Amino acid sequence: MPVILWTDAMIYLLLATVVAAALWIRKRPHLALPWQRVAKSSVGMVSLLLLSLFVLVGLIDTMHYRVALPEKSNGQTVYSVEVLSVFDAFAQGIKSRTEKTYSAPLAAYLYAKESMETLEGKIRRDYPRLRYGGAHLADPQRELLGDVLKRTGIGALEGLLIGVLLIVVSNMLFHFFVKLRAVWSSTGLEISKDNWISTFTRAMKNKPLRALLITALLIAMLLGITVNLAAVYHVLGTDKVGQDVLYLALKSIRTGLVIGTVTTLVMLPFALLFGIAAGYLRGWVDDAIQYLYTVLSSIPSVLLIAAAVLMMQVYIEMHPEWFETSAARADLRLLFLCLILGVTSWTGLCRLLRGETLKLRELEYIQAAQAFGVSSSRILTRHIVPNVMHIVLIAVVMDFSSLVLAEAVLSYVGVGVDPSTMSFGTLINSARLEMGREPMVWWTLAAAFGFMLVLVLAANLFADAVRDAFDPRLNRA
Amino acid sequence: MKSDSSLNQLSSLTSSPSEIERGEFILNVDGLVTCLNNGARIVDDISFRIKQGETFALLGESGCGKSMTALSLMRLLPDGIRVASGDIKLEEEDILALPEYAMRKIRGGQMAMIFQEPGLSLNPVMTVGDQIAEVLTLHQPMRSKEVHLRCIELLEQVGISDAPRRASEYPFQLSGGMKQRVMIAMAMAGQPKLLIADEPTTALDVTIQAQVLKLLRDTQQKTGMALLLITHDLGVVAQMAHQVGVMYAGQIIEQASRDQLFARPAHPYTQKLFAALPDAGRSGQPLAAIPGNVPPLGAPRIACRFAPRCDKAWALCHEQVPEWTQLENGQGVRCHLYTSQKGSEKLNLETSRFFDSSTANGVGEEGKGAALLQVENLQVHFPIRKGILQRTVGHVKAVDGVSINIPEGRTLALVGESGCGKTTVGKALLQLITPTAGSVRFAGYELMGMSAKQLRKHRAGMQMIFQDPYASLNPKMRVAEILQEGMDALSIAKNSDERQRRIDELLEQVGLEKASKWRYPHEFSGGQRQRIAIARVLAVNPNLLICDEPTSALDVSVQAQILNLLKSLQQQLKLSYLFISHNLAVVEYLAHEVYVMYLGRIVERGTVQEVLHAPRHPYTQALLSAVPRIDGQGMKIIRLPGETPSPSHPPQGCHFHTRCAQAMAECREVYPSETIISATHRVHCYLAAK
Amino acid sequence: MIAYLIRRILYAIPILIGVNLLTFSLFFVVNTADDMARMQLGMKRVTPEAIEKWKQQHGYDKPLLFNAHAEGVRKISDTIFFQKSARMFAFDFGSSNDGRNVAREIQTRMMPSLAIALPTFLIGLLIYITFALLMTLFRATALDMLGVSLCVLLMSISGLFYIIGGQFVASKLWHWVPISGYASGMDSIKFVLLPVLIGVMGSIGASSRWYRTIFLEEIGKDYVRTARAKGLSELRVLFRHVLKNAMIPILTGVVVVIPLLFMGSLLTESFFGIPGLGSYTIDAINAQDFGVVRAMVFLGSVLYIAGLVLTDISYTIVDPRVRLQ
Repeated sequence: MPVILWTDAMIYLLLATVVAAALWIRKRPHLALPWQRVAKSSVGMVSLLLLSLFVLVGLIDTMHYRVALPEKSNGQTVYSVEVLSVFDAFAQGIKSRTEKTYSAPLAAYLYAKESMETLEGKIRRDYPRLRYGGAHLADPQRELLGDVLKRTGIGALEGLLIGVLLIVVSNMLFHFFVKLRAVWSSTGLEISKDNWISTFTRAMKNKPLRALLITALLIAMLLGITVNLAAVYHVLGTDKVGQDVLYLALKSIRTGLVIGTVTTLVMLPFALLFGIAAGYLRGWVDDAIQYLYTVLSSIPSVLLIAAAVLMMQVYIEMHPEWFETSAARADLRLLFLCLILGVTSWTGLCRLLRGETLKLRELEYIQAAQAFGVSSSRILTRHIVPNVMHIVLIAVVMDFSSLVLAEAVLSYVGVGVDPSTMSFGTLINSARLEMGREPMVWWTLAAAFGFMLVLVLAANLFADAVRDAFDPRLNRA
Repeated sequence: MKSDSSLNQLSSLTSSPSEIERGEFILNVDGLVTCLNNGARIVDDISFRIKQGETFALLGESGCGKSMTALSLMRLLPDGIRVASGDIKLEEEDILALPEYAMRKIRGGQMAMIFQEPGLSLNPVMTVGDQIAEVLTLHQPMRSKEVHLRCIELLEQVGISDAPRRASEYPFQLSGGMKQRVMIAMAMAGQPKLLIADEPTTALDVTIQAQVLKLLRDTQQKTGMALLLITHDLGVVAQMAHQVGVMYAGQIIEQASRDQLFARPAHPYTQKLFAALPDAGRSGQPLAAIPGNVPPLGAPRIACRFAPRCDKAWALCHEQVPEWTQLENGQGVRCHLYTSQKGSEKLNLETSRFFDSSTANGVGEEGKGAALLQVENLQVHFPIRKGILQRTVGHVKAVDGVSINIPEGRTLALVGESGCGKTTVGKALLQLITPTAGSVRFAGYELMGMSAKQLRKHRAGMQMIFQDPYASLNPKMRVAEILQEGMDALSIAKNSDERQRRIDELLEQVGLEKASKWRYPHEFSGGQRQRIAIARVLAVNPNLLICDEPTSALDVSVQAQILNLLKSLQQQLKLSYLFISHNLAVVEYLAHEVYVMYLGRIVERGTVQEVLHAPRHPYTQALLSAVPRIDGQGMKIIRLPGETPSPSHPPQGCHFHTRCAQAMAECREVYPSETIISATHRVHCYLAAK
Repeated sequence: MIAYLIRRILYAIPILIGVNLLTFSLFFVVNTADDMARMQLGMKRVTPEAIEKWKQQHGYDKPLLFNAHAEGVRKISDTIFFQKSARMFAFDFGSSNDGRNVAREIQTRMMPSLAIALPTFLIGLLIYITFALLMTLFRATALDMLGVSLCVLLMSISGLFYIIGGQFVASKLWHWVPISGYASGMDSIKFVLLPVLIGVMGSIGASSRWYRTIFLEEIGKDYVRTARAKGLSELRVLFRHVLKNAMIPILTGVVVVIPLLFMGSLLTESFFGIPGLGSYTIDAINAQDFGVVRAMVFLGSVLYIAGLVLTDISYTIVDPRVRLQ
């Protein structure tokens, strides 16, 4: 049974918006122009590739369903209370191979000593073998390193091969489409001389494309290695209850993305509507909106979020009857968190938009429209909104990374996502308590921080590329 | 601008600039090339020399590279632009070879510079005195006591009264003209041998411009420094320059002494620049506009850069770069006309044709139509709020009782300096700003007090063309959408076919290609944008166009195109214009009647002939005399002291008495009532009443 | 100018009332006092009597806005709104769930918070501005590129990493300073050192980049060209002209947070076991002590508004246009 959680719906909505916007922009050269500038930035394109990998994982993890249980009651199918995602199905392997407790990355032994009965029947305290990690090895102490290296090598080679194959195929497809278009537009003569290799060599003269290609191959190799190793090891170790950390980290991606995107989706209508209304209409509307956002922004945001989340928590606890599954409850809590983050963070963008609208409304093309008697609502939609969209876009991409980082902090403070939701924050929070152990349990922390760093860094770099491309002050010439 | 002073009399130049002893060459620029980092040449092989005590004017339109030349001399080019080759010598010093620390001694010491925007060129958080003192301590060994005294001395020298107090004030407390004086004082503090002035008066009103130009001349006379004057204004050149270099697209295309240049411009571009200047002498006929636009900076150099816009160009001009040619009289020119056989043949044909502009009578047919717009006692007051409760403590009387009558098919010009309220009048007429009081009757209907809905019915009749063609078109809309907006709002065309047909028709009418309707404003130049703006208002078939400085943001050559278009549209469509401008030459060319505005009130009105040739109000007289004319003569110069007072506290009595040389006792008490000079000529002045 | 300041201060009153109403509705309208009591006492098996008792103990047994049963003024004053929200205007925050006076607690905990936050703020500001000035000085060179890239990298790292990593390296690995704890007086230095260092590191990327943007904006202005045309050296242009003008946008962001320094930092204090207001807040959140959270929200907004007023005052110091008009 497919399940659409609230945040799933939001993500689908967001996806639809992005696709619609892309189609709309494609036909309008002046809107496409800044995006072409983004496409010319190597850093921007490489970070976009990384981001889209994260988004891909997040999207697969968004398609939720519940498994039908084999037994039926009263002829009706009964569904499991566990909500799974397509990603869980993909990652069934690493998801199900849980150990007893901590184990280091690529280890074959458990982190903690246990009392074991030896063959001679004596009780001995030692590190037991893992149930799954390195289970295929007869003598891990001798074979482990060699096996890991072998698998790394094979994985890298496989990844590289698949990567090259994919690139060749996509290049041929691209070449084919270009030709098809050329034939259609009946100017095919000049292009038809090219074969797909020359299409490729020409594309390689393009610097961003070259950078993209190299990154793609590197990622393919990394993926190859990971897949190969993950088949028999815990690549990033296991956590306290023996879950594979790689699985947890990958599951956390969706939470991060939801927080980073749904929040802006929630706040955007507020910020846009209030911002331009205050700037354009002035008078008491302006006063009221300014009052509203001064009140909201005068409360330190962490405290406001904390207060709101606490209240929401109580509210949800009081109404357990609303939720069929625990996943639905955790999801609603995530959505509420996004809402609260949105409500507390719209003030900044609102202020920016108000300022910009104040500037715009004095511009002569607005006055020209007023002189024609064009109505205010039409002026707002036709003149003001299109001319502040670049600010909105820059704000959205810039906010994304700070929201991902904020989630971790909030979850640590105890006002973040539901403890059962896998997120970078909950990962860090759970691992932090084990800092004091000797030897240290560092891998959970490292995994969470590492994934977060790559995601946020890619988002920051992409945001920079977008800002550079859209900022009118940087593109005057 | 006297109608009888045609260009034929240029040979008799006598007045300013003053002839002082001019000495050795101080500045030697040879083959200067300045490039963008990608190699595009924005200053391309420029050579000139300036003598001590001489003023060399670099004349050119926007984007021709004249400012970049100046910044190359100072070695202050912005990031990403560098001097690629050439030789700059200030006396014996090789500027380009100096290490940076030695160059710093030159800057502000031997060579100083002042800029276009005095408001932005001074540090807003430092006192004026400190900013001048900085130069003094840097370039002269002085003790702090001396520094302060010298600061005050310098401020006094540039004509700032109450200098000790002013020295401790911040730039925002000074008016625009005073800021430019401070800039000059700052430049003079290092006792430079060469002063570079980059459009020093472009941002200022004409009366202030006259003050600042005089100050520059006087200072030069006193110190004997050389002056490199960068300007786009032929009038300023006529008043100031000894030598002139005309720049076009990064090159000097003509160089001559001022007298030579004004008597006989050699390059077709220079000739066209003169011909494109509007004045009453030509108001009957179209101006000689230069077609097309100034090429972008760093365009490739394979041919004569002016060839695409030149009506004398032939095949050679499009193929080969013309060489620098020295004519017999010392005039230099970069044009094939003077180098090739074919050129000299063409030249013989052409020379006789220049300067034969007939002195046609200024105003066209006198037939007056019925009154289209009648404005009675229009007032626009903005409240001034102060104090804790933001109570209204007074009003800025931006427009204070203006009455205007515009007949059908005529042009009425509203003239005045910045801040006099002329733009506010235009916007108030359109009800873009709600007037405080008065009556606006348009085509028989009273617009005041109408609801927005009722007003919409009458909107089509009266439309506005704005000053800045870059701000008046929405960058996110296609030309077709822009033109359609008014039609949609006022339901002009019935269906989309009709609308499209109308759009095509409009584009043709304003001289744009039909295909341009699918393009976006950023693809057009300033002049083309202004054409689109004109097409936009024509779309709703207006009777009256309010033109708010429609050409002041455009280059002279493009301005002529727009003026011609406006004129021909008036003839075709019987349009009326309310032409708001500070440019008296344009007004004289285009208008039938002129209203002069000062501090929110009309001080004089009448026909063009009456107001511009027989002005009665001292303000009109001063305004006219302050305009630098290319013939260098004209009427006696009346210099206005001080600057326009703030409209929030207009002076008691006649608003103008604080600056009027002929003010009498009664002027200080009661505002003068209207004096009728003739049927059309009215003035508010006690002098005229006597 | 004085009228301007008075107006700004007066404007703070409706804002504070708004904050108060907002928190009141958040805490008492979304959930009833019963809900809160049930949360505190445990979800299961709560008798109505126990709830009543808890409410009585903590003063939640009153009507929200209007007490019909009371006499005279007490109709208004003997309500939850008056007792719990309106009294905050007099800085009377009531007591926490464990019965301690919140106002006194705040007083004693302010100092340790300040001991961390103030040095962090000052040292940070100095370092960020220096770093940004250096990047500006070497703008458009490889050095600048390197600096900006470093900033982007540093700002992409979670603040938690700085704390956890810093604690691990400095305390556990190298045994420089104690891992956590606090002492008053001179002894505090060894406890304060690491948190301050980490606090400074935590925002070095974002802040330096932000200041660099401000400086670059200023350096493109016309008056800078004038200053160069005078023959001033690049360093003097930067310090005498650019820095002075850049102070205006810098102050806008910086002065607001000065009063908020009293509130301490949630993360740093709780990680390092510093008995300041930040850890107090976190403990209250974890214990779901609504009274304390409410008090902190109110205190935070009071301090923020104080910051706004301070910002206005600081403008009058650096900007003659504000001072003299």
